[in-house]
Amino acid sequence: MNSVLKIEDLHVKVGETPILTGVNLEVKQGEIHALMGPNGSGKSTLAYALMGHPKYEITQGKIEIGGVDLAELDACERARLGLFLAFQYPVTIPGVKVADFLRLAISNIRNPERKEGENLMPMREFRTELRETMDQLNMDSEFARRYLNDGFSGGEKKRMEILQLALLKPKFAILDETDSGLDSDAVRVVSEGLAKLSGPEMGVLIITHHERLLEYNEPQFTHVMLAGKIVETGDASLARELHENGYTEVRKRHPEEAALEDKQEVVAK
Amino acid sequence: MTEQKISIASAEGFEAFLATRNEPQWVVKRRIEAFATYQDLCDQPLDPEEFRRIDLRLFRPADYSVRSGNATENAADQFATLMVDRGEFAGHVAHVDGTTIRSELNSELKEQGVVFCSLNEAITEHPELIQQYFMTKAVQTDADRFSAWHAAFWTGGAFLYVPRNVELKQPLHSLIGLAQSGAADFSHTLVVLEEGAQATLLEETSSADPKAAGLHMGAIELLVGKNARLAYVQLQNWNERVFHFAHQCGRVERDAALQWTVGALGSKFSHVHQDVMLDGRGSDAQVNGVAFATDRQKLSYYTRQAHKAPNTHSDLLYKEVVRDRARMIWRGMIEVDEIAQQTDGYQRNDSLILSHDARVDAIPGLEINADDVRCTHAATAGQVDEEQILYCMSRGVSRDEAMHVIVEGFFQQVFDRIPVELVRETLSQTVQTKLGFGNEA
Repeated sequence: MNSVLKIEDLHVKVGETPILTGVNLEVKQGEIHALMGPNGSGKSTLAYALMGHPKYEITQGKIEIGGVDLAELDACERARLGLFLAFQYPVTIPGVKVADFLRLAISNIRNPERKEGENLMPMREFRTELRETMDQLNMDSEFARRYLNDGFSGGEKKRMEILQLALLKPKFAILDETDSGLDSDAVRVVSEGLAKLSGPEMGVLIITHHERLLEYNEPQFTHVMLAGKIVETGDASLARELHENGYTEVRKRHPEEAALEDKQEVVAK
Repeated sequence: MTEQKISIASAEGFEAFLATRNEPQWVVKRRIEAFATYQDLCDQPLDPEEFRRIDLRLFRPADYSVRSGNATENAADQFATLMVDRGEFAGHVAHVDGTTIRSELNSELKEQGVVFCSLNEAITEHPELIQQYFMTKAVQTDADRFSAWHAAFWTGGAFLYVPRNVELKQPLHSLIGLAQSGAADFSHTLVVLEEGAQATLLEETSSADPKAAGLHMGAIELLVGKNARLAYVQLQNWNERVFHFAHQCGRVERDAALQWTVGALGSKFSHVHQDVMLDGRGSDAQVNGVAFATDRQKLSYYTRQAHKAPNTHSDLLYKEVVRDRARMIWRGMIEVDEIAQQTDGYQRNDSLILSHDARVDAIPGLEINADDVRCTHAATAGQVDEEQILYCMSRGVSRDEAMHVIVEGFFQQVFDRIPVELVRETLSQTVQTKLGFGNEA
């Protein structure tokens, strides 16, 4: 049965600053949604709040996956429910080999009841799957022996996120500017990678400034965020329009939010 | 023979101790001199540079005694040794409560002139070697009250001698055990590698009873001859009721290499003075430290890399993790003599603090008297990055497991420097075990 990621009237603050002021969004498995918006509009905040980052406090509204309220669940429990976030800035974990980390992750995601110290996915099975997946994404197997993101280039880090996405096969994947900071070859690699992975089993929310990722992964829905709210929803053509013309027209159509945006910037400065 | 408990804190105790030893006159003479030095030094203050961060008030020497006689049968079986079952060893020496319980060496190596036995045996079997090397080259009796105390009361320990150009392919193993409550162990490790020799000695300290209080007042001397190669590991894994004091000194001659790995996991309190002296041109020393303190453990290391000749190289990396109310103190010094031009000295200390009440003091230092050298030091201290934890959690890894993964990764960077797989595995296993109990951060 198709599951739904449902965001209802979501308000989020960071410290004392309200960032999201009532976000509504529904993503079904199998759908691709693009989330666009100028810097500071709250896109990454939405991503972190969905994943359960403790710094992002939900003050109102709720998030559900398949009817399960995420409010009391930490990031680990959310991941085991089928949520995945490809980080904009993946962290480095020195001394932890990619392969070991992935095996641990995969064991937990596929066996959500697993407790620490319990069985990991059998090594042989894991190795085979890892090798096949890396081949599929044109990744050198040498990657698996390196320490997680340690000394990785920007593009390598993003590919590592895509590799994790491929192995963990989440119900819902949020990609937070997975294409930012990459040269066009790297964007292509990541975009193609994602295109291979998404399908009827995965709902995808792509946060992006660029359209390249969307060329390979055409969204059924494009949402525009302004000052902590989704102000417009359209189809793929809206994404193209925003890419070509920027947010000036959007701001004109939503003067109230645009005014708030200016105020927030003053506060931020 | 009935067991006798001998006080280590009085002149009467020392007399009684001597009476049980039945040792040659030259040994007795050295002990008596050392005890006199010990008494003198007890009246003098300890070096503030080394001891000012250390509170010795909880240490009461009267609580411990040296045991004589009654070496328990099969005593080695009481110990969960971490390394013995994991590897093939060319020889074993084991001591429990200061008494030798095992001393074996592969006969082929014996024929080549290798000696690996208890120091007690060595006194009678190889007096010339002991006279020449025991506390004459490396650890000095009068360094401070602890070294003098050790020199007066030393009770066995492992002795390794490798003749010229002999290479040991397999490692040797030494166990220092404490079994009975209140026992004091004054064991000594002496390693002598002649020119061109190569050996690996893995030593571990262990408590038979997790609740028995004990004392280790030890010393380690590693003498690496010209062009020789020594890998030495000491894994200190006492229970958390043992006081551990040690003077440790390695001397590295021309073109020789010493790789020294320290695992500091156990003890209630420990203070280790570790000197590495690069005596010969082109000598090289790598020092690795893995320390993990939990509960109320206090571990203190005073390390010194002394460059005494030109073209010498030293590289020290200590990594420590503290949790609960534990405390770790590291004071490191690189010294470069005027003559030691073209020296390359490095020291680095990284610590990870897992709990609010845990504390680390890491103080690096340089004392350079030559003008053409490269010496650098670095110290970092911090908590586990919440962003790292969140990242792991977002991949389905629980907070506790994430913390464990990150800590293991932190240590992995030292493990990567250790070529002996057995040691890497043992250390990693020990860290995992230790991560598994106590209060979570």
